[in-house]
Amino acid sequence: MRAQFVFGEVWVGLRRNLTMTVALVVVVAISLSLLGTGLLFVKQVNHTRALWQNRIELSVFLCSATPLTPQCSKNGAVTAAQIAQVRKTLLSLPEVVSVSYQTAAQAYAQFKQEFANQPELVSSVQQGDIPASFQVKMKNAQADAGPVAAAVTGMQGVQSVGDDSAILTNFYKLLNGARNAVVVIAIILIVAAILLVANTIRLSAFNRRRETAIMRLVGASNFYVQLPFLVEGRIAGLFGWLVAVGLLIAARSGLDGLQSYFPFHVELSTFDLVEVVVVTMLIGLALCGSTSFLTLRRYLRV
Amino acid sequence: MIHFESVTKAYQNQSRPALESVNLDVEKGEFVFLVGPSGSGKSTFLRLILREERPTDGRIYVAGRDLARLTNWKVPQLRRRIGCVFQDFRLLPAKNVYQNIAFALEVIGKPRRFIRKVVPEVIDLVGLEGKGERMPDELSGGEQQRVAMARAFVNRPMILLADEPTGNIDPATSIGIMKVLDRINRTGTTVVMATHDAAIVDSMRKRVIELEYGKVVRDQSRGVYGQAY
Repeated sequence: MRAQFVFGEVWVGLRRNLTMTVALVVVVAISLSLLGTGLLFVKQVNHTRALWQNRIELSVFLCSATPLTPQCSKNGAVTAAQIAQVRKTLLSLPEVVSVSYQTAAQAYAQFKQEFANQPELVSSVQQGDIPASFQVKMKNAQADAGPVAAAVTGMQGVQSVGDDSAILTNFYKLLNGARNAVVVIAIILIVAAILLVANTIRLSAFNRRRETAIMRLVGASNFYVQLPFLVEGRIAGLFGWLVAVGLLIAARSGLDGLQSYFPFHVELSTFDLVEVVVVTMLIGLALCGSTSFLTLRRYLRV
Repeated sequence: MIHFESVTKAYQNQSRPALESVNLDVEKGEFVFLVGPSGSGKSTFLRLILREERPTDGRIYVAGRDLARLTNWKVPQLRRRIGCVFQDFRLLPAKNVYQNIAFALEVIGKPRRFIRKVVPEVIDLVGLEGKGERMPDELSGGEQQRVAMARAFVNRPMILLADEPTGNIDPATSIGIMKVLDRINRTGTTVVMATHDAAIVDSMRKRVIELEYGKVVRDQSRGVYGQAY
């Protein structure tokens, strides 16, 4: 094996169809970085989901002196016995991890604190408007919220059950949609990249047809004839990947920047980034390698 | 060295086969002229030896190997023992004389030290001393053909196939080309040369095989181009 000779041929090949090489590098870079962004997105969504999974609670609101539902207006404010009954029911459910009780006064105090920057809203609400409630922690908030809510809905003294996960479900739908869009675009671009690789190899084979003819004639092995083309495809893929890595680092800091809009930070670790970078590299190499191999089988026969 | 056993080669979409029941033997170290009008099957004969084509029927042995039983990946091994020269030289225009010849060795993975030693030797053998740095377009047709011969011979093949090597060269220069071929033949290399050049065939007085419509119509040792009247 004469490495110097092979790389000399590769260099000549890449330079001869420079425009095609540049196009190939750009398309590989964009498709890989979009694919990588999609993967980062998936990771971001999973991180976020894991975080919220632990924080989602079910709020079981109890009837207050100012009734808001027909059931409460019929039976009046909740009694101490009813409170005890609801607590017992909740604790008996296997999905429930813990239950904490919040009085109307505590709820009002928390409300005033959370909306301190909106005084007109605070002044429109009086103590007692916000009912007392049970905050229920569950093992798996998304799966368990339904059955737990069903168990207490309609009990004496229960006004309504608020399920935080319903809000999050919409949020997830949005995130998933964005992720799917990125992945679909990435796949379309990867198809374009495959066609470009095939075309570049074909052009390259045409440019080098004299050399190839002589190589076959003097008895160069198939491997030797094809190696410059294979290396050419891989090198272009590698450059594309390097550009993609740069874009992915930018994408990651972009996702991190987005985090500042949310109260809880779920940043992607460097490990996540490295993982995505490695995956895109493997995909890129497999893509360029197999495409050039298949193309060569068509255009360079012994 | 070359052994054809009732070889027939028919191409698709052609009513008449290019070669029909050809039986023939070429011994080691022989010099053979292959003559006949265009389309008589000369090129097909050469392509069959190189295994660029497979015969429709019959058996071919080259350098002791049965070509029908040669697997695809062993074909390069066969071609390393056969040198080829063509009417149109087939040199690489971007490489100089030395590089053109060295290319044939580089692509079969010969070490650089070996290449540095044998390429100058073969440049001298074909009579191009001191022209190693020239580019093909700086050479005359005859000189270009010498480069092609050097490239074909540099790996010391057992057989040299020449397909009308003097076809693009004036008669005076052709004599020089034939001298090189003769020199190569004297090293023990079997030479098979397809040609239309009657003067050359007549002057060399070597074995002549004449093909017509894909059949061997004449096989004479020390023959001439036309029929012996």
